[in-house]
Amino acid sequence: MNALLEMRGISKYFTGVKALTEVSFTVAEGEIHALVGENGAGKSTLVKVLSGVYPHGSYEGSIVFDGEERRFRDINDSEAFGIIIIHQELALIPLMSIAENIFLANPPAHFGVIDRGAVHRRTLELLATVGLDESPDTLITDIGVGKQQLVEIAKALSKRVRLLILDEPTASLPEKDSAALLSLLLEFKARGIASILIAHKLSEVARVADRITVLRDGRTVDTMDCRGKPVEEDRIIRKMVDRDLEHRYPRRTPKIDGTVFRVSGWSAYHPLHSDRQVIKGIDFEVRRGEIVGIAGLMGAGRTEFAMSLFGRSWGQKISGRAEIDGREVDVSTVQRAIDAGLAYVTEDRKQFGLLLAEDVRKNVTLANLSAVASANVLDDAREFQVASDYRRRMRIRSHSVYQETGTLSGGNQQKVVLSKWLFTDPKVLFLDEPTRGIDVGAKYEIYCIINELADAGRGVVVISSELPELLGICDRICVMNNGGIVGEFPAAKATQEMIMRTIMRSGETAP
Amino acid sequence: MSDKTVTLKEAPRLAGFLKSMLRDYGMLISLFAIMAFFEVVTDGTLLRPLNLTNLVLQNSYVVMMALGMLLVIVTGNIDLSVGSVSGFIGAVAAVLIVKFGVHYVLAALVCLVLGAAIGAAQGYWVAYFKIPSFIVTLAGMLVFKGLALAILGGQSVGPFPVEFQRLSSGFIPELISNADGIYPTSLAIGAALALALVWQNARSRAQQQSYGIETEPNGFFLAKNFLLFAVIVYFAYLLASYRGLPNVLVIMTALVALYAFVTTRTILGRQIYAVGGNAKAAKLSGIKAERLTFLTFVNMGVLAALAGLVFAARLNTATPKAGLGFELDVIAACFIGGASAYGGVGRVSGAVIGAMIMGVMNNGMSILGIGIDYQQVIKGLVLLGAVCLDVYNQRRS
Repeated sequence: MNALLEMRGISKYFTGVKALTEVSFTVAEGEIHALVGENGAGKSTLVKVLSGVYPHGSYEGSIVFDGEERRFRDINDSEAFGIIIIHQELALIPLMSIAENIFLANPPAHFGVIDRGAVHRRTLELLATVGLDESPDTLITDIGVGKQQLVEIAKALSKRVRLLILDEPTASLPEKDSAALLSLLLEFKARGIASILIAHKLSEVARVADRITVLRDGRTVDTMDCRGKPVEEDRIIRKMVDRDLEHRYPRRTPKIDGTVFRVSGWSAYHPLHSDRQVIKGIDFEVRRGEIVGIAGLMGAGRTEFAMSLFGRSWGQKISGRAEIDGREVDVSTVQRAIDAGLAYVTEDRKQFGLLLAEDVRKNVTLANLSAVASANVLDDAREFQVASDYRRRMRIRSHSVYQETGTLSGGNQQKVVLSKWLFTDPKVLFLDEPTRGIDVGAKYEIYCIINELADAGRGVVVISSELPELLGICDRICVMNNGGIVGEFPAAKATQEMIMRTIMRSGETAP
Repeated sequence: MSDKTVTLKEAPRLAGFLKSMLRDYGMLISLFAIMAFFEVVTDGTLLRPLNLTNLVLQNSYVVMMALGMLLVIVTGNIDLSVGSVSGFIGAVAAVLIVKFGVHYVLAALVCLVLGAAIGAAQGYWVAYFKIPSFIVTLAGMLVFKGLALAILGGQSVGPFPVEFQRLSSGFIPELISNADGIYPTSLAIGAALALALVWQNARSRAQQQSYGIETEPNGFFLAKNFLLFAVIVYFAYLLASYRGLPNVLVIMTALVALYAFVTTRTILGRQIYAVGGNAKAAKLSGIKAERLTFLTFVNMGVLAALAGLVFAARLNTATPKAGLGFELDVIAACFIGGASAYGGVGRVSGAVIGAMIMGVMNNGMSILGIGIDYQQVIKGLVLLGAVCLDVYNQRRS
């Protein structure tokens, strides 16, 4: 096994912070090498050093590629050697076609005039390679994230690739698409292209990787070979977090009481296509102290259901009846929904949850400002106390409540959003993907908070795409597909297979 | 992740403090530097009591409109129509008072309501129909410029009654007899204002300390407030040695205080900044983003109307050219004062300082006899430079 890439003793500092310490990392020819670790462990920094985003001289150590030491000054240098990186945030231009995107930088041309025929032909070839059946003229904005990911890979293949680096390629993909993507990597491997796969979903990693390297706090912890026999997930996690997560989910004895929230016949239509019914007459209820999970694939309508309930924030022609404590409530605007006792914690905290340029304090009180004001004038002292109180209770790690939320880590940002909603004192909380993009240690803390919420007698609804998470923290799991609830299980008896089977079967019988 | 913040704290405190001071007071320091520069090159003309009074009178309407513009910009919008609207309102006032003999108080009220209606009409399209404010107010700019021409019939209309002129050119009545050419009431008001500001600063500092928040060093705090006190009293003294405080300065100061209070201390202000910072998150927190955007335009309309009245009263006539290009000075004032074109960021004090920088430069360059051509070139470069400096500072911190 020849080493294609060898990174030796890489150290990298940012002003005062050591991001990487003596990291060594090798990739063999035609190998799929997974890089795992918590957020902030240094994975992205390492591949940025490799691809020349951080140029030679800004780090210590050496990079040997193809048998010689290389000193990349920028990303063009590394691309010239066939090292291609696909970032987590896709770098495609939405209003350009697939072909235009693939040949954005270097289209085949004669004297500066683009050869459109050649572009079209080569795009078709590349799309066939990645198994994407779309016209090269389709606009990026008209295809889903999964297909966009494939376009990125096609774009990478349009250059001479020897080492493909994928930064969390499957983070936002539904199960089926990520499976297709991963099998593509296996195909490339057969053609001699090596890959580095940065990923959070350990089950996927274990399926395709030849070796797994674990980073923790900027150091290499271990490199495990999984060609012989598969590596256990728990073992990887233990290495990642450096503590024995005997229970990935905190223990809890549920104290479930009467129904606090009930929805009947809830329907909603697509905001743009008024004849497309997306939520189809859902009946749903939550009891006091209960954690209910909503499972389903992307596009099943889970987020749409929650947001249409929460002040009609999604969709149109919304109908149905919502009750809290047995009485019908008006949830037609966000303010009314909040007053009625609902809270919705968004799946996209940066876009929909936080004022990133504002501090922790202003974010915590935003949804309930009148509670820290008298006669519409804010009371600084009370606001400070409230924010400090939540900062302590939720263990938000910031230097004070005056730190900008944009500078916090994902887990701490999520705690700020949760604080904001707790401060409205809701009876029912909808948590949409509450642990997305959060590292393992912080996830545990979020689970503890969720448990505390339920134990305080609130109804908690968790929407999650990670089935183990739902099985681990919920009391009851509702399965959604195609805009309706298609199954319900007590979490103690449910398994991932049962849930997936329910989804698949409901898909078959659907008209 | 968390260890990053720890190491930041260990950075040398003084350097960090100086950096943050430069960020917070950079524009104020620039203003003083510009004033000092013109004071020297004009051989002391800039701060002569007569000129200082003129400076206030000339710029009051820009400051007033900058207050409204700041809120519009904070919500992520822009209003290009304010110059035309203020010119149009001046024309309406002139026609009502001079041609139809309407009482000036009633006419002024009608004009303010009309300003609100104009703001509402434009804000409606921006807030509820999601038409970019740039386009809506560009249309408004043309419409009201045209309407002003139409109702004036292409001619100047004036003069106004003396009482109406006092809005702009009057001074507060003197209660005590003025000996040695000094107006003691004005001086006393200035000193009282300075004391109030210093007391306010001390109180908020004490409060911050009681929360355990790191505040600026004692010496610096004392020096800063002493300087603040001295500057205000000195300016009050200069004004008092001419004819006392102009009426319009009183109106302007009251408005500045009101808007500073609303933006920093009230639910309304907080919600406006939240809409500008992240409209989607604000809406999902129960904030009525559309209504707030609408209201910022209504508010802008009222302030543009007030500015139009002040300007007409000052010229003692309404001309078809009144208000021409005001929007540029007003918008420039906000951006020089640190407002962000992306919304969510900007302070009342910044907008006021920005307006003063523009005003001092206009005045100083006129005294120096620099032509209107090069004045514009220099103002343009200052705007670009100020915003570049701001962006650079933001990026470093």
